[in-house]
Amino acid sequence: MTSRNLSTQLRALVVDDNMINRKIHQKMLNGLGVECMGVANGKEAVDVHGYGQSFDLILMDKDMPIMNGIEATKKLRSMGICSMIVGVSSRSMDVEIREFMEAGLNDYHEKPLTTAKLASIIHHIINTK
Amino acid sequence: MDKVRLQREAAFIRSSLLDQGYLDEQFIQLEELQDNDNPNFVEEVVTLFYTDSARLIYNIDQALLSNPTDFTKLDDYMHQFKGSCSSIGAKKVKNECNGFGEYCEVQNYDGCFRTFQQIKQEYITLKKKLETYFQLLKEAAQIK
Repeated sequence: MTSRNLSTQLRALVVDDNMINRKIHQKMLNGLGVECMGVANGKEAVDVHGYGQSFDLILMDKDMPIMNGIEATKKLRSMGICSMIVGVSSRSMDVEIREFMEAGLNDYHEKPLTTAKLASIIHHIINTK
Repeated sequence: MDKVRLQREAAFIRSSLLDQGYLDEQFIQLEELQDNDNPNFVEEVVTLFYTDSARLIYNIDQALLSNPTDFTKLDDYMHQFKGSCSSIGAKKVKNECNGFGEYCEVQNYDGCFRTFQQIKQEYITLKKKLETYFQLLKEAAQIK
C-alpha cells in the first residue's frame, strides 16, 4: 500500500443518500487527487451551492429522499451551475436514464463506479478546463 | 499461531469468497483503495455495510408483516439494500435480491417472503466469513 500525493486542484461533490457509496466514491476521488465533499440528498446539494460553494464535478445519485437527483440537477442548472454533473444510479431502464439525462446531466454511469471510470471523467474535466 | 500461517488462512478465505461467488470485482476495487492513510478502509466499509443494512433488513421484515403488503415500499427498501450489496461486492446476496425484485413486480407475497429468507441466510453466511477474514488479518498484523 502506498500513499498517493497528487493533487488535481479539482473539487467534487458526491451526492448520495447511501453513506457507503459516499465513502467509496470520495475515497476514489481523493485517490485521484480530487478534493471532495459529500451530501446525502439533492436539497443539500442545492443548499451548498446556495451558500457559495462551487465544484468542478458533481456525482449525482438518482434516487434520494427529500430531493432526488433529477429534481436537484434541474434546480442546479436553473441556478446557472455549469459544473460537470455525472448521474449515477443502479436503475438501468432506458426511460429512467433518458429522464435523468434530460434533467441536465453531462454524463451517466451505472453504479458501482470504478476508479477507472472516475479517472476518465477527471481527465475529461482537466482537458476541457 | 504464527503470522505467516494467519496471513495464509486469511488469503485462503479471501480466494474462496471470490471463487465461490460470494464476492466480486467490486471487493477488489475496495482493496485497491486501501492505503497507508486508510489501512483499514475495506473493513470500515464492510462494517458500515452491515450496520446500515441491518436497518434495511428490519424495514423489509416489518414491511412483509404489514397487511396489506406495500410492494412499492418493499421494492424501494430492497433497491437500497441491493445497492449497498453491490457497493461492497456482495455478489451472491445481490443476486438473490434480483429474485426478490421480480416477485415484487408481480406482487407475489409468498415469493417475496421465501426469497427474503434466502437473502438473509446468504447475508449472514457472508458476514461470518468476512468477520473471520478480518479477525485473521488483525491477529496477523499484531504479530511482529
